[in-house]
Amino acid sequence: MANGNFIWNVGRKYFAAGVIGLAISDRYASLMAVRGSSMAPTFNPYERKSSRSVSDDYVLVEKLCLGKYEFVRGDVVVFRSPSNYKEKNVKRITALPGDSVHLPSFDTVRIPSGHCWVEGDSSACSLDSRSFGPIPLGLICGRITHVEWPPQRMGKVDSGVSEDRLPFTT
Amino acid sequence: MNRERNRFREREREMGMERLRELTPIVKEALQNTARVANFFCLLHFTGAYMCTVAKLVGPSMLPTFNDGNLVLTERITTRSEKVGSGDVVLVRAPDDPRKVVAKRVKGVEGDVVSYLLDPKKTDELNTVVVPKGHIWIEGDNAHNSHDSRQFGPVPYALLHSRVFFVVWPPADFRSVGNKVLRF
Repeated sequence: MANGNFIWNVGRKYFAAGVIGLAISDRYASLMAVRGSSMAPTFNPYERKSSRSVSDDYVLVEKLCLGKYEFVRGDVVVFRSPSNYKEKNVKRITALPGDSVHLPSFDTVRIPSGHCWVEGDSSACSLDSRSFGPIPLGLICGRITHVEWPPQRMGKVDSGVSEDRLPFTT
Repeated sequence: MNRERNRFREREREMGMERLRELTPIVKEALQNTARVANFFCLLHFTGAYMCTVAKLVGPSMLPTFNDGNLVLTERITTRSEKVGSGDVVLVRAPDDPRKVVAKRVKGVEGDVVSYLLDPKKTDELNTVVVPKGHIWIEGDNAHNSHDSRQFGPVPYALLHSRVFFVVWPPADFRSVGNKVLRF
């Protein structure tokens, strides 16, 4: 009898802790591992032959921005891929609604309202808006503010866009 | 003189300890109550974000199925497990304004071929679209007054918020929501 009670109490405490942790990570901030090198040199600057999870960068994702969806050019965001609901991608916003983006094929894309243009910092190996077009802002599920691991690169994420990537604003 | 000072300090310390002892149960209870309230809100968030929530519908785009002001029950289990199919009424985050959540009916999922009238008032011209991978096609039941996929195109699946399955208000409209469009 005493054992059953003990297990019930411990189980209840773990459940409560789990629910609180889930609420905090959904509404305020959470930690996430960044895979792949499309955001080099900001995240994962060294190309690795095998994807060992120990060597991935861990970042702090804040969710407070999802209340108003107010982003600026240069924000690094996590968003669900438009072609695969289960996949989450990390890229940088380079253009906001109303901007015009010049593609290398000499076309110009105008960003419709409620959408944004995302690009990886490493243009060569990044699958981003240049392939799937502007994405709705509603797909975004967090903004990355700090790198937490590895310790030598711990710090705030630089939120600037390089000169040649700046769109034409209207 | 020294003895008096020492006795005075000892009495002061005793009084301080007494006050601390009086406050401790109050502080303890305050902390416990705060923990209970925090726990309650987190449980509320869990239920709202992963199971079931209530929503108020506004606008004429889902007439005659829903009226302006209907309160509905929505569940997130179907949307999270990708089991949403054609005919379901869903809440979707609007692609042209991420702060708005709209209610529409799913007319096609990825791979489906969807046809719609280009301009119901003027022509009979049909436009046919294949819904791309990872997207869905949503339309309001009120074809004449609905801003949906016919204007903004197919919507990525991740914008789906929840599926409407029950109307709870007003009491006259109390019923479960299926995947057939009401025709009068």
